[in-house]
Amino acid sequence: MERSDVLVVGGGIIGCATAYYLAKAGAKVTVLEASENIGDGGSSRNGGGVRQSGRDPRELPLVMYGIKNLWPHLSEELSVDCEYHQDGNLRLGKNEKHRQILQGLTDRAVAVGLDVRMIDGDEVRKINPYLSDEVTVASWCPTDGHANPLTTTLGYYKSARALGVHFITAEPVNAIKKVRGKIVGVTTPDGDFEADTVVLAAGYASRPLAAGVGIDLPMQKRLIEALVTEAQPHMFDQMLGTAEADFYGHQTKHGSFVFGGSSGLEPFNTDDGRPVTSSLTAPCICRGIMKYFPDLADAKIVRTWAGWIDPSADGVPILGTVEENPGLILACGFTGHGFGIAPAVGDQLAKLITTGKTDVDLTPLHYSRFHAKI
Amino acid sequence: MANDRSRDIGPFTEQPDDDMIICRCEEVTKGEIRRAVHEGMYTIPEIRRYLRCGMGLCQGQTCAKLVKGIVARELKVSPAELTPATSRAPMRPMEMHILAKEEEDGTI
Repeated sequence: MERSDVLVVGGGIIGCATAYYLAKAGAKVTVLEASENIGDGGSSRNGGGVRQSGRDPRELPLVMYGIKNLWPHLSEELSVDCEYHQDGNLRLGKNEKHRQILQGLTDRAVAVGLDVRMIDGDEVRKINPYLSDEVTVASWCPTDGHANPLTTTLGYYKSARALGVHFITAEPVNAIKKVRGKIVGVTTPDGDFEADTVVLAAGYASRPLAAGVGIDLPMQKRLIEALVTEAQPHMFDQMLGTAEADFYGHQTKHGSFVFGGSSGLEPFNTDDGRPVTSSLTAPCICRGIMKYFPDLADAKIVRTWAGWIDPSADGVPILGTVEENPGLILACGFTGHGFGIAPAVGDQLAKLITTGKTDVDLTPLHYSRFHAKI
Repeated sequence: MANDRSRDIGPFTEQPDDDMIICRCEEVTKGEIRRAVHEGMYTIPEIRRYLRCGMGLCQGQTCAKLVKGIVARELKVSPAELTPATSRAPMRPMEMHILAKEEEDGTI
């Protein structure tokens, strides 16, 4: 039996970042990760967006806080190259339907104070001359960007570990333990781990664990895929997405392009319990990319992979305390856009746990928001 | 506990051949791999994600065994205990416009 101040269930970027900021505040922290590898889920499988535009107003204040206060100096803080670029995000459209989607996203973000605006095709090509004439409209957010999810996740792990956080991998949590109405720790095949606070940051795997203490989190598990090209000469530094979500991604510091996307058939893929790629998806992503970037037609694809996202019922994360279970903190349901927001989540959850207060109001992301429609 | 990331693996000590390039595609040296183990990267996927070794044009077909041996020696375990990194499609780098043609005749 091991005793800590805080137990973090899940060694992805959310768990690692939370553990890091908690340890910095002086807490004794243990992180339990079911996989053999740190950051083996979405943390290592995403497109690297550090994006505000396109997000729901309920999570915008949190990600804006992180982009203002944490991302600019994260590489120095973690002693790794997070490859953070703040060169803007273009969300691209080709027709009237796309324009309407982009306009709606833009209006809602402007209302929360984000600098994002609609631009036409010519202005798009001034920002990124490689885009085809098919692009007629885009939303442009100059303070968005991208980073390297692999080095950022492992950087949080490395720095948390150096501060004394105890990480144990291949240690799946069976259940959260509750005694006389209060959370007291978790059980694993190796025994019990005790703590006053348990942070549940296990992606979709959070759902059965929360259910064990009577909380049903409306989430699903959905497969998406990504691919990477061989290194190309430097072309552009913006983060890219599309109104239709055909693909999203960026050119990395290494020179390769990382693009994520889907075939649309994912819910019906053969499921052997692992996130495996389908032979249909990468070709589909390539066709999408080439319509926007004809110059990339000769770039070679070197690798493809798949990962699960954990969409919540309303598409924003489930964050914060659980009144029925004092001591339990939820951090899941990031719905495929958990990477860019992770530093802010870790920072604010650590403040919540150590001081009871946060700089950003987390109430709109509280799990109690889910209700039937009538 | 084998997966305890705080277990003592001894201090990092420099070796005369630390400058030797192990992953030729991404130019990762033996010293960088050994140092990463001491920074907490105890598995082959973590080493790959942290340093990019095995992520270049050959996708680790040249260096995978060498990297595994170096990591195992640093952790003082048998290489057989380390799970290799996942092999990923395509088997050989393929131009986007060729991979994109999987549905050329209109059928799946």
